[in-house]
Order: sequence, then C-alpha cells, then structure tokens
Amino acid sequence: MIDTLASGIRLVGHRTVNAVWRLGAATRFMGLVLSRSAMSFRRFQLTLDEIHFAGVLSMIIIIVSGLFVGLVLGLQGYETLKRYGSAEAVGTLVALALVRELGPVVAALLFASRAGSAMTAEIGIMKSTEQLSAMEMMAVDPFARVLSPMFWGGFISMPLLAAIFSVMGIFGGYLITVVIIGVDSGAFWSQMQASVDFRSDILNGVIKSIVFGAAVTAIALFEGYDAPPTAEGVSRAVTRTVVTSALAVLALDFVLTAFMFTGV
Amino acid sequence: MLFHFRIPLRWYFLIFNPAFINPAASDNLVPPDNLVEFSQVEFSYDGRPILQGVDMRFPRGKVVAIMGGSGTGKTTLLRLIGGQLKPGSGKVVVDGEPVHGISHARLYAMRRRMGMLFQFGALFTDLSVFENVAFPLREHTDLPESMVRDMVLMKLDAVGLRGAQALRPAELSGGMARRVALARAIALDPMLIMYDEPFTGLDPISVGVIGNLIRKLNDALGATSIVVTHDVQESLKITDYVYFLAGGKVVAEGTPQQVRDSDEPFVHQFVHGESDGPVRFHYGAPAYRDDLGLGG
Repeated sequence: MIDTLASGIRLVGHRTVNAVWRLGAATRFMGLVLSRSAMSFRRFQLTLDEIHFAGVLSMIIIIVSGLFVGLVLGLQGYETLKRYGSAEAVGTLVALALVRELGPVVAALLFASRAGSAMTAEIGIMKSTEQLSAMEMMAVDPFARVLSPMFWGGFISMPLLAAIFSVMGIFGGYLITVVIIGVDSGAFWSQMQASVDFRSDILNGVIKSIVFGAAVTAIALFEGYDAPPTAEGVSRAVTRTVVTSALAVLALDFVLTAFMFTGV
Repeated sequence: MLFHFRIPLRWYFLIFNPAFINPAASDNLVPPDNLVEFSQVEFSYDGRPILQGVDMRFPRGKVVAIMGGSGTGKTTLLRLIGGQLKPGSGKVVVDGEPVHGISHARLYAMRRRMGMLFQFGALFTDLSVFENVAFPLREHTDLPESMVRDMVLMKLDAVGLRGAQALRPAELSGGMARRVALARAIALDPMLIMYDEPFTGLDPISVGVIGNLIRKLNDALGATSIVVTHDVQESLKITDYVYFLAGGKVVAEGTPQQVRDSDEPFVHQFVHGESDGPVRFHYGAPAYRDDLGLGG
C-alpha cells in the first residue's frame, strides 16, 4: 500500500519535473528562434517560401471547410431565428460567429493539423537525418536559416487563413440562406453591417488568430526540434503537435474571449 | 544594362587571402604544427563517462584515423572539434584557437574553415545535387551565380559526379550520396575535413572510391583530415597515423605499419577482427549456471 503510494508520488513528481523542464526548454527554444529573426526579414524570400508552404498550400482545406461551416451555420441559424420571427438576422449571426470565434478557432485547428504537423515532421526528419547538424557544421545557423523563417511564415499565414475562412463562411451562409432559402439579400447584408463592429469584433478576431498562429507554430517547431531522432520519435512528435495545439488553441480562446468580450 | 563579371578563380583566392588584406597579419600567421589538439579532454553524457583524459594531436596536412568499437566516443570527438558538444574539462584547440568558450560568431567563423562528411551524407533532401553543393557557397559568399556554377561543377567533377548534378538525393546510391556530401564538405576549401564513418554500408568499389577521394582531396587541398572509421584495411591504406580509442581513452596509436606490426592485445583484436579479447564477446552477466538455476 505504502509502496504503491510512494511510486504514485514519484510518478507525479517525475512528470511535473519533466513538464517544467520541457517548458523551460521550449521557452529557451523560442528565445533562440526570435533572437535569430533578423535573417527572416533580411532574406525575406526564406519567409515567403514558408508562407507558401504553411499558408498557400493550406488554402484548399481552409476554403472548403469555411464554406461548409458557413453553410451549416446559415442553415442552423435560419431554423432557430425563424422561430422568433427574426430570420433576417441570420447574416448577423453567421458573421459574428465566424469573425469572433469560428474563423480563428477552426482555422487554427485546421492549420495545426495541416501545416503544424508538416512542420514538425520536416524538422524532426531534418534532425534525425543530421541535416540540422550538417547545417551547423557548415556555419549556417539552423535557427536563422530554417526555424525562424518557418515561425514567421506560420505567424503571418495564420491570420490570413482565418480571414479567408471567415469570408468563405459568410459566403456559405449567404449561399444557403439568401440564394437557396430566400432570405432577403438586403436584410442579410445590412443587418450584418449594422451589427459587426470593426474594433470589438473584427480586430479582436484578428488578434485571436495572431495569438493562435504564434502558439501553433511555436508548438509545431519545438515538438519537431525536440523529437527523438527515430521514426517513432517523429511520429509521436507529430501527434503531440496536433493534440497540444488543439488544446492550446481552445484554452487560449477561452482566456482571450474572457478578456475581450466580457471585460474580465 | 547589367555588367556580367567573370572573376578568375585565382583572383578570388588572392583577394580573400588574409595576408593580402592585411600584410601585417602574415607575421602572425605562423601556424602551429598541429591543426587540432586535444588536451586532457573529458566528456560525459547523462553522467556516463564517454571520454576520459584524452590527449590527441592532428598534424597539418595529414590524414589521421580514429578507430575503436561502437560507442567509444569517436563521433563525440568530431562533435567536440566542431563545437557542437562541450567537454566537461580539458581543451580542444583548432588552428591555435580554443573551440569552446568563444563567441557564437567566432565559432561560426571557425566552422567555415571546416568541412564534415556525416555518416549517411546528411544531404538536404529538398535540394538537388547541384543545390546541395552550392548551399555553403551561397550562404557564405556573394559570388555571382556563374562563378557558383563553375565552382560547384569543379567540386562535383572532383568526386566524379558532375553528370549527376540534376539528380535529387533520393535518386542516389549510398556511395554517390557520400561523394556528393564530400563535394559539399569541400565547397569552401576547408583547412580541416572530418569524416564520420565514411565507409559504413558501402560496397567494396565505393569503399575504394571514397578512400581514394579522402587521400587525394586532402593532398590537393593541403587540408588535414580526421577519419572516424571501423574499416581497418581501407583506413590503413590511406592514413598517415591511427589512434585507437577504447573505454574513453586512447589505448594505442601509431603509423599504419606500426599498427599492423603491433602486439598490443586491443589493436591485434581490432585489426584482425577477433571476436574475443580485451573487448569481451559477452556483455557483463552473472554466472551462466546461476542464470540457468543450476548453481549448487
């Protein structure tokens, strides 16, 4: 009994120490990534390549998902609002839900699974095949040459993807409610325009997507860099990236929402 | 209109020669006899001692092999020279300058004068053969693209792979990948070339090709080469001096002829590939009878 309790306490202690150690390592890692950022901007082509990789290549999944989320949101919103005789407000509902919450959050989750996992795998494989070591030995700093441009590529791409997601969602909502169901087009757009505030809705949504972009990209890069240099190690790191990013996005969303919209 | 300059290669080396930039510097350019020196170097990994009081000298212009069993710290030595690892105590000096305790910028300046061939090449898989060899040139020089092309083709020709310039690393055999990596390692004409297990997993023809290249490139470039290897026969053919490492210490050293003639038990076992000797066949274990439950 005492032995079981002691081993349980040991396990908790071990995991706590491990978690603190990893947090410290991640902080140091991000410090190095940010301190080497000058090259990302001086040789902006490197960052542009990463924007293409993380952003442009993620657009298909973002556009299609945004469209379907907008279609569902429009349909559900119309069915609910119709009961209260305010079906014309469906444009407001779709726009606010997308701009404030679904755009940044769902785009970040999709970004984590598409671009984040790819970043982790790329860095992990570069590490396991000694490509990062080779770069170091050629006097090329991998933080400056690879990791920092990747970070800024993800950081810049994410808000743009979230914006595209929201636009496609609103278009989907318009398609289902105005074009198919027959809600008045003027009411759809005018109510949306009157209700959506640039600062408190759009700008806050953009801030969220920037924070999510930084968090997801940082997690993806650290997991890749920290992965044991084996096939199993890289595959576990990719899984951890998706799971940790999803949890981080949802937790950060709650915290940011509490600060932005409820005045906590 | 853009002018297209084609600077003769010899001008480039003349212009970037430190003695030419600052003639006074030539007074300080009396090089030490040994390009690399290890003095009482100790290194541990996770509390497990890997190197214990290692002293080694690598003379300029020579090809020196480091041999020893797996896990004896041979690759660690190369990483200590490159500054990728830091010793617990002792000193590693390259070209008269300590590798550790210097600034990031100094360390990277030192690495520009080193080349390293990794065990499996470590080529960048998203770049072609040409781009891989051009990588250090583009990163460290402002040479016009036409000159980069000429230099890359020269390096690829030196390793016999000028015709493979358009291939991707995935399309190369193990031996070819290592030759490309060698071309990349010598792209900046380093003073020191390090080879980490260059013969591992290669067929006998490729082993011979890589061995010849190590010797010829070293002599042509006037460089110093350090070869970490298990391949006794090939390395004795091409090296000037051999160190044997076991238990984290240098247990034997000498010229290839001295190694062949050595009566030292470890060297004898290693060179002749005997399964038992100072390096035991059996991993430490309790008595066999006890393990089988037959103890009296």
